[in-house]
Amino acid sequence: MDELLEILQNLHPDVDFEECDTLIDDGILDSFDIVSLIAEISDTFDVVIGAENIIPENFNSAQALYDLIERLEEE
Amino acid sequence: MDKKRKVKNIILSLLVVAALILILAALTRLFMPKYMGEVKEGALIGEYYDEEKDFDVVFVGDCEVYENFVPLVLWEEHGINSYIRGSAQQLIWQSYYLTEETLKYEKPDVVVFNVLSMKYNEPQKEAYNRMTIDGMRWSPSKVGAIKASMFESESFIEYVFPILRFHSRWNELEREDFRYFFGNEKVGDNGYYMQLGVVPVDYIPEPKILGTYEFGEASWEYLNKIKDICAENDVELVLIKAPSLYPEWYPEWDEQIVDFAEENDLKYVNFLECTDEIGLDFSTDTYDAGLHLNLSGAEKLTSYFGDYLAENCDLEDRRDEPELSALWENKKTAFYERKAELEEKFCEK
Amino acid sequence: MLFTSYTFIAFLIILFLVYYLLPHKWQWVITLCAGLFFYAYAFKDPGKQFGFFFIIITIITTYLSARLIDRNLKIQQEYVKTNKETLDRDVKKAYKEKMRKKRLLILTGCLVLNFGILAVLKYTNFAISNVNGVIKLFGSEAAVGSVDFVLPLGISFYTFQSMGYLIDVYRGKYESVRNPFKFALFVSFFPQLIQGPISRYDDMADSLFVPHSFDFTRVSRGIERILWGYFKKVVIADRMLVGVKEIIGAPDTYFGFYVFLGAIFYALELYADFTGGIDITIGIAEVLGIKVRENFERPYFSKSIKEYWRRWHISLGAWFTEYLFYPVSVSKPSLKLSKWSRAHLGEKVGKRLPVYIATISVWLITGIWPGAAWNFAVWGLGNCFFIMLSEELEPLYDKFHKRFNVLGTTPWKIFQILRTFAIMCSLRMLDCYRNVPVTFKMFGTMFTRFNAPEVFREGLWNIGLSIPDYIVLLCGTAVLFTVSMIGRHGDVRKRVFAKNPVVTVSVCSILLILILVFGAYGIGYDASQFIYNQF
Repeated sequence: MDELLEILQNLHPDVDFEECDTLIDDGILDSFDIVSLIAEISDTFDVVIGAENIIPENFNSAQALYDLIERLEEE
Repeated sequence: MDKKRKVKNIILSLLVVAALILILAALTRLFMPKYMGEVKEGALIGEYYDEEKDFDVVFVGDCEVYENFVPLVLWEEHGINSYIRGSAQQLIWQSYYLTEETLKYEKPDVVVFNVLSMKYNEPQKEAYNRMTIDGMRWSPSKVGAIKASMFESESFIEYVFPILRFHSRWNELEREDFRYFFGNEKVGDNGYYMQLGVVPVDYIPEPKILGTYEFGEASWEYLNKIKDICAENDVELVLIKAPSLYPEWYPEWDEQIVDFAEENDLKYVNFLECTDEIGLDFSTDTYDAGLHLNLSGAEKLTSYFGDYLAENCDLEDRRDEPELSALWENKKTAFYERKAELEEKFCEK
Repeated sequence: MLFTSYTFIAFLIILFLVYYLLPHKWQWVITLCAGLFFYAYAFKDPGKQFGFFFIIITIITTYLSARLIDRNLKIQQEYVKTNKETLDRDVKKAYKEKMRKKRLLILTGCLVLNFGILAVLKYTNFAISNVNGVIKLFGSEAAVGSVDFVLPLGISFYTFQSMGYLIDVYRGKYESVRNPFKFALFVSFFPQLIQGPISRYDDMADSLFVPHSFDFTRVSRGIERILWGYFKKVVIADRMLVGVKEIIGAPDTYFGFYVFLGAIFYALELYADFTGGIDITIGIAEVLGIKVRENFERPYFSKSIKEYWRRWHISLGAWFTEYLFYPVSVSKPSLKLSKWSRAHLGEKVGKRLPVYIATISVWLITGIWPGAAWNFAVWGLGNCFFIMLSEELEPLYDKFHKRFNVLGTTPWKIFQILRTFAIMCSLRMLDCYRNVPVTFKMFGTMFTRFNAPEVFREGLWNIGLSIPDYIVLLCGTAVLFTVSMIGRHGDVRKRVFAKNPVVTVSVCSILLILILVFGAYGIGYDASQFIYNQF
């Protein structure tokens, strides 16, 4: 989780990722951010987030994103 | 409480809708051309409905009837009660539907049709169509006339709701649109459109050579229909060609009409062949250099045609009918008032 | 059947009556029949009828593919479930992979077929003309003749919508629809056939197939929205079009300030026409009780090109992002490229490279899908260029914002909005002139040939618009602007007109009168046609 928060923080230093749960709904993360995020996650966690997983529910908060990563790691 | 409010809302909504319909009706009337200014011809067709429909002779056709025949003369000289259902560039199918409509109101003894419109096999100008059709009251005949005259770019619904057609006049409304909002002034005398000007004929344009001199299919179709509907109603059809020097009436055309009349046992008078007998003087009797006659010419022509009708058709002299005479007395007054008014205007110019 | 034809309005009235007068459980069938009729009507002319069958092909192939994919997925789940204990992890994985490949095969087949149809119909002539160009370049005369295809109505929209559905089913987002006729309704829902929006199946399914009772408030609001759409289209867009056409049609006469004027007129015309059409679409759906998502969110108030594209033709942008941009940019090759470029080109460039490649390809396709021509391709790449430029300049902007502390202040916001508007207008000239060199030349004349005084003195009156026209346009635009301003804080209809149906009925009546009187429709619009002379 900390690793993920670090990645997110690098992307947008001014956002409080631990609290925010409307990252997509409020347009904080745009499509460019999501793509670079996925690239870094695939490096750090060794999981592939396919396009089918890019839905608001999975990206709205750091926790949701972390849950997704864990789910993918299990498979 | 809630129910009460609902009822209130429904009533208010209905009121709004009623207001909407009223406004649209008013706007339609406002935007419709009134034909009360320069172009009075468009108002002629609608005037028929105000008449006592008991005519002996009804003319149908284009400007060559409503500019060239004076019903008052027929009455005064022969006691013939006549009316002209003419309109600008009236096409032959419009003449047919006007005849059809007229025959639903009354059974005259004679229908006179001017054959110039045989030359047009398809609709010519939307503005002219409107002048003929918009004046008609709603009836199957009007529907038929619309369908036969419409251009491809037009829609039937634009005739049902003329605001769809004339709404673009919102920025060109004139005084007459407001002045005649509640009704038009009468412009014709039994369908005759009086002109007093004099413009002598100085030259006649060389007639164009045509590719074919055969009348079109639609023209024949509707001429036959006019003939048939008259026969069905026991009305005599008389074909005429007014003595206008141009547009050219080609001998080839005349031949076809002569043949048609002969085949169908109809009377056909080409006034172009008897201008001398009529006594027409083209230096004084036309107001636009030969296209149409002025009052003086029209009176001469009507007088001549009246003799013809009295002689050849089975028409009664009705001057002994007191009611009709009284009616004509009023019409006569109106006629001379108009004449005086026009003369005054004419002198001012 | 254009939205602005009498036939379409008659069709709508009949549909609305039938929809609520017949038993409500038939409503979706009625809508389907209406859609097929609407579609068939477009191909009623002899020699064109075959165009109707393309949509049928799309419906059938997509329906079957989705069902097959779904069945495959079910078999897989069933198999894994029943053999939960006995299967070891690797076997299970191999089995899943095998099944996934099967599904992928079905998906790919269907995508290739449907996009193939789209490509052949849309781009054959573009390809031929380019081939001819190359042939000519080599001095040969042997040119390939162009082919005359009838482009089926709305083919891009229904193709995109069906393929989105199929991909979603493949991704397991929702189950495929069982009833083929219900699927046919989803594809052929007539109000959105012509210009979208591109709907998602899961957005629409809830409201598309269930019966709707007649709710006066909803229906009257739907009609209000329809009329608002017609107002934008007929009163503003179609009137403005006269001026736009005149300016664009004669680049030799109308240069300099005219170009500027033309670009602004075109921006307004396009906005009024496009959003008006969408208002009509959504309004019709609202009357029928069906939810169609919004496609515009006051795009001209955007502060950057990127934001603009999130607010203009939203459903199309979303479609491209979801089904093209993401799959391309998070695909394995792309991630590999990202890894490689970060290792070799440094963190900063490396991170951007794959995203930019995906962005460029998406914009190229966005550019040419509405029409195959070079001007559209350049237009797409132009948008892409500005988006990437602002991305690259972000650090610079940040510094600027911090230094002068302007971010969020109203004047700065207005500046940003005007800047975005200007860039969009400039790019759109490619769409106007339909010719790349001419566009650049005309753009240049705005700066090299100063003729603004002359344009204001007489030019304005020479482009087919009269003073009353300008007054109508000005008032119309003012209304449009006001509604947009109010709309920033929520649905205008809900905010301003509360829930009183009498107000809705009154607004409808006023709109109807304005449309009927001031609309630029019918033969009478060209006033010169109605001349009373020459008897």
